[in-house]
Amino acid sequence: MLLGDKPKLIAAVSTLLACGSVYGEWGYNLPQGVTEVSRSIYDLHMTIFWICVVIGIVVFGVMFWSMLMHRKSLGAKPAAFHENTLIEVIWTAIPFLILVSMAVPATQTLIKVYDTKESDIDIQITGYQWKWHYKYLADDVGFFSNLSTPKAEIANEEPKGDHYLLEVDEPMVVPVNKKIRFLITANDVIHSWWVPDLAVKKDAIPGFINEAWTKIEEPGIYRGQCAELCGKDHGFMPIVVEAKSEEDYQTWLVAKKEAAAKERELRDKVWTQEELYSRGEKIYNKNCAACHQPNGEGVPPVFPAIKGSEIATGEPQKHIAVVVNGVQGTAMQAFGKQLSEVDIAAVITYQRNAWGNNTGDQVVPMDIVKFNEAGQ
Amino acid sequence: MSAVIDDHTHTADDHHHGPAKGFMRWVLTTNHKDIGTMYLWFSFAMFLTGGLMAMVIRSELFQPGLQIVDPEFFNQMTTLHGLIMVFGAVMPAFVGLANWMVPMMIGAPDMAMPRMNNWSFWILPFAFFILISSLFMEGGAPNFGWTFYAPLSTTYAPPSVTFFILSVHMMGISSIMGAINIIATILNLRAPGMTMMKMPLFVWTWLITAFLLIAVMPVLAGVVTMMLMDIHFGTSFFNAGGGGDPVLFQHVFWFFGHPEVYIMILPAFGAVSAIIPTFSRKPLFGYTSMVYATASIAFLSFIVWAHHMFTVGMPLTGELFFMYATMLIAVPTGVKVFNWVTTMYRGALTFETPMLFAIAFVILFTIGGFSGLMLAIAPSDFQYHDTYFVVAHFHYVLVPGAIFGIYAGIYYWLPKWTGHMYDELLGKTHFWLSFIGMNLAFFPMHFVGLAGMPRRIPDYALQFANFNMISSVGAFLFGATQLLFLFIVIKTIINGKKASAQVWDGAEGLEWTLPSPPPYHTFSTPPDIK
Repeated sequence: MLLGDKPKLIAAVSTLLACGSVYGEWGYNLPQGVTEVSRSIYDLHMTIFWICVVIGIVVFGVMFWSMLMHRKSLGAKPAAFHENTLIEVIWTAIPFLILVSMAVPATQTLIKVYDTKESDIDIQITGYQWKWHYKYLADDVGFFSNLSTPKAEIANEEPKGDHYLLEVDEPMVVPVNKKIRFLITANDVIHSWWVPDLAVKKDAIPGFINEAWTKIEEPGIYRGQCAELCGKDHGFMPIVVEAKSEEDYQTWLVAKKEAAAKERELRDKVWTQEELYSRGEKIYNKNCAACHQPNGEGVPPVFPAIKGSEIATGEPQKHIAVVVNGVQGTAMQAFGKQLSEVDIAAVITYQRNAWGNNTGDQVVPMDIVKFNEAGQ
Repeated sequence: MSAVIDDHTHTADDHHHGPAKGFMRWVLTTNHKDIGTMYLWFSFAMFLTGGLMAMVIRSELFQPGLQIVDPEFFNQMTTLHGLIMVFGAVMPAFVGLANWMVPMMIGAPDMAMPRMNNWSFWILPFAFFILISSLFMEGGAPNFGWTFYAPLSTTYAPPSVTFFILSVHMMGISSIMGAINIIATILNLRAPGMTMMKMPLFVWTWLITAFLLIAVMPVLAGVVTMMLMDIHFGTSFFNAGGGGDPVLFQHVFWFFGHPEVYIMILPAFGAVSAIIPTFSRKPLFGYTSMVYATASIAFLSFIVWAHHMFTVGMPLTGELFFMYATMLIAVPTGVKVFNWVTTMYRGALTFETPMLFAIAFVILFTIGGFSGLMLAIAPSDFQYHDTYFVVAHFHYVLVPGAIFGIYAGIYYWLPKWTGHMYDELLGKTHFWLSFIGMNLAFFPMHFVGLAGMPRRIPDYALQFANFNMISSVGAFLFGATQLLFLFIVIKTIINGKKASAQVWDGAEGLEWTLPSPPPYHTFSTPPDIK
């Protein structure tokens, strides 16, 4: 290489290095976390790791010694021994004792993890394909938590943000220094709720409720992901837990309740077609587009098209039934439990008028209310 | 693959001199050597197919963001990669080795049930044709992971799941028939004087493996049948809404699945236990304890299944039982490793390709064992479970464990099978590139797993990017290197140097008393056992 090329080379190398640093730090170990349990799991992890390292050094040491010193090319003459009961007993007994010494702290930690008694706050966590629902059982507050990373970042059309794939529209908010019990279940397939900093990972199983708990010691934002393969967008259902001081938590709770009350008022408002359509478009992109695609064409046959479909262009009552009750035995969920009447009316109106489904139909919140009453 | 030599020393009334000619030879053959050869070629074809899918996975994971495939197809790739590697590559390769070597090692003329042997092989290509063809069906191939947890694999599965169930049934039938054959052969066809405790360890490990297969393949058949019933006949085994339990699926699956992972490693233990003494020029240390350790591992494999399910919400006592039982496996496994190391100690070592693979097997399998021990600790498992740490762990036991074990066995016995020596330089090149590629691919997965990357995701957060890129580079290197192996085998068959009957100067066992290649029929009269 000519000397004159040196600046170019430096530029190239520094570009490469800069690329590397865009990707952030090289995480390589468990986080110590922010709870007593997460720290004792971290200690357990490191203890056992170091025991393994020591055993590895001894065993591989003997091996490498043999490979280096007992080579035929060095004129080694093979010994003939092939049995020794004493040594066999020793190397059966010693590992057993080492295992016992590992089992003791592991058992202690496990007992701590399983003590879900006497909680201050109970939050029900429900896994859906592919989002989480959090319900604060004592406070009548509940909401969905969706991935908020823009599609353009995932498709590499925009630079990725700092919390790429680990950010949500509405995080779970909890106070610090309170024992929080999670009641974990799922609506469709098995999911798993995992936040490494809390060392909580528990499967969310449809039809069953699992318990876990945490007591966060430092305010902060802790991120995790669904840990059980749950279908197409398994990689896109993150978890964000925001731990706040007790006062901040109360402020948040009050605001949350007021917002919910406002939502309920919307039901009786008179809606125009445009209002329903534009609200419906937002709801659709948040709740429906993952399967039925933003263009309404779906991924047949598992996720059928809405564009031009019989249901979205035929009798409105049938359309409402599908959205509210879901379709048994398919991935189509019963959105009656997930969305408000306003949102269901809006999204149906949107579906019946978007992508050339120009039915001109307008479904208003009261239609959904009537449908629900008739169903009961 | 085997060159064929007519053995004219037969008596006049023996009409079976040699194989038929042409394609029908392979379709109709009942000869254990032919069938072993077909198993090995089939398994290599599946290894490349499953490997190709791994390359798709690693290409998508090369950088964050979605570049090459969509998430739906990515899930089909992870599912088929796992299924093909487990049932199509590793298991048939071991059956191929058993077919070739077990009769020759115990002085038997053939397998006990030669016609059934033909069937157990010929079912396999059809089973995998069905499985792979599901890629082209409407709705795509199975996309629920090789562990196919319900209800994702029942209510929420693509229509091709029914073909997947049929294909798993066929694989199961094939395995069960193969296992019955191996047990019958070992128990009934040993040459006079070949007592059980004189059998080579490869025969012992396969005998135990065959019992594991017979015990658990019907369980797998049961669980896929329950799925079939749930999907098509209105039952609710795995549907809580109908009174069933999704966790039941996991219990039944892992009752099959955990012994299955030992099915994929025990025969490798046997091969390595033949190879290390040969190239150490020293008898295997602790033969008896090796047999008992293998049997203990097999027994323990039946009582540890729920360590795959520490996060499903078992009661505390259940967690403790499965944690302690799992930790216990470290004891017999440790005994095996110590015995191999002691066999090498004060030997006269040389490092031909089979020995290199065997040594790498011991070291890397032990590292996989260490991460296995870490995973056994239930509270820590809450952090490791379903992350790349687990992916690293089982690839460390399966790639340098099962696959390196198979490679070690193939390089060791290839001169015997073909009568030709492989090219040592190329063999060593294959080893070193595989060794480097494999470690580069899988070691960083420990780090991203601990740092919090879940498995089975097509896209990931930015802090995992650097290690994923290294993993992908390693995987590409490892994948490409396996084509070199194909070249080495073909070159050996076509123009390798002639091999002697003994092949390796330190090797012991009946197979080395036969010429290389052995005649089409061997031990028509039983050999004398010292």
